[in-house]
Amino acid sequence: MAARVGVVMFPGTNCEHDAVLALRRLGASSDLVWHGDTTVAGFDALVLPGGFAHGDYLRPGALARFSPVMEAVGRFAADGGPVIGICNGFQVLTEAGLLPGALQKNRGLRFVCATVGVRVETSDSVLTAGVPVGTELSIPINHFEGNYTCDADTLARLRGDDRVVLRYVDNPNGSVDGIAGVCNAARNVVGLMPHPERASDPLLGSVDGTVLLRVLMASAEPALRAPATVA
Amino acid sequence: MHYPVLVEVRLRDGIADPQGATIERALPALGLDGVTGMRAGKSFRFDVAADDEASALARATVVADRLLANPVIEESSVTVGQGVSPAGAGSEA
Repeated sequence: MAARVGVVMFPGTNCEHDAVLALRRLGASSDLVWHGDTTVAGFDALVLPGGFAHGDYLRPGALARFSPVMEAVGRFAADGGPVIGICNGFQVLTEAGLLPGALQKNRGLRFVCATVGVRVETSDSVLTAGVPVGTELSIPINHFEGNYTCDADTLARLRGDDRVVLRYVDNPNGSVDGIAGVCNAARNVVGLMPHPERASDPLLGSVDGTVLLRVLMASAEPALRAPATVA
Repeated sequence: MHYPVLVEVRLRDGIADPQGATIERALPALGLDGVTGMRAGKSFRFDVAADDEASALARATVVADRLLANPVIEESSVTVGQGVSPAGAGSEA
């Protein structure tokens, strides 16, 4: 049975169809989840895609955490379900307290839209399980507020617990320690600034994003997840 | 009673503020030397219904801490009552 991946759409999200398409082409069953929904039943994994949830008003992700669906996302994550946040989705996960740290404005106030090299730093997360450490992937980034930051204690914990999932080969935005992606302590929630769905077809210039999306689908393991609730 | 509140949010010390630094570097071009320590931030004006100023301050502080500022990178200061212009000033005829 194909992994069922829900892609959460907030008002202002704009990468949801790219994510659904990329996942379906890899063999997943993927559908949108509206931010007003109060359940994510029926899904084995969740993606919070890129965009500008709630217009990025106040701060990116700051208002999305109040969307009704986020309570269900939080429960899903607490139960061990794989959740990834891409770009704006990463910002939402930090604001919601599901991941540590924050994404601040890029170094030099520079909006960066480029395909960059990212290095896999751990083989133990729902996005990188089985991918050798040191694997370099070519994946686009497209953000103004992707400069990952956290206090020194948090950084020490992330490094000590092997929770830095991805690092930039050549730091494009000033992120502390070159961090492009991190995971939670249980390793089932991952946030990353690069867009794997935009590196999912030769026509897009890279298929390296499929490496990560395939791991997410494998991590979903439908058999381990609760079946859809029948109303 | 409604108390006027002013919340100012700025980046914590030690967090790079490229916006403030850029503004500061632009000032010499205006012939304005000697301006240092420029930090950019945001301010929020609103009214809080409360029985007294102390409880208005307590409620406004919750608003600031739980939503207006991200404690990972920002800090806030809250001012209530005298000296804060009423919310809506300038938008009402």
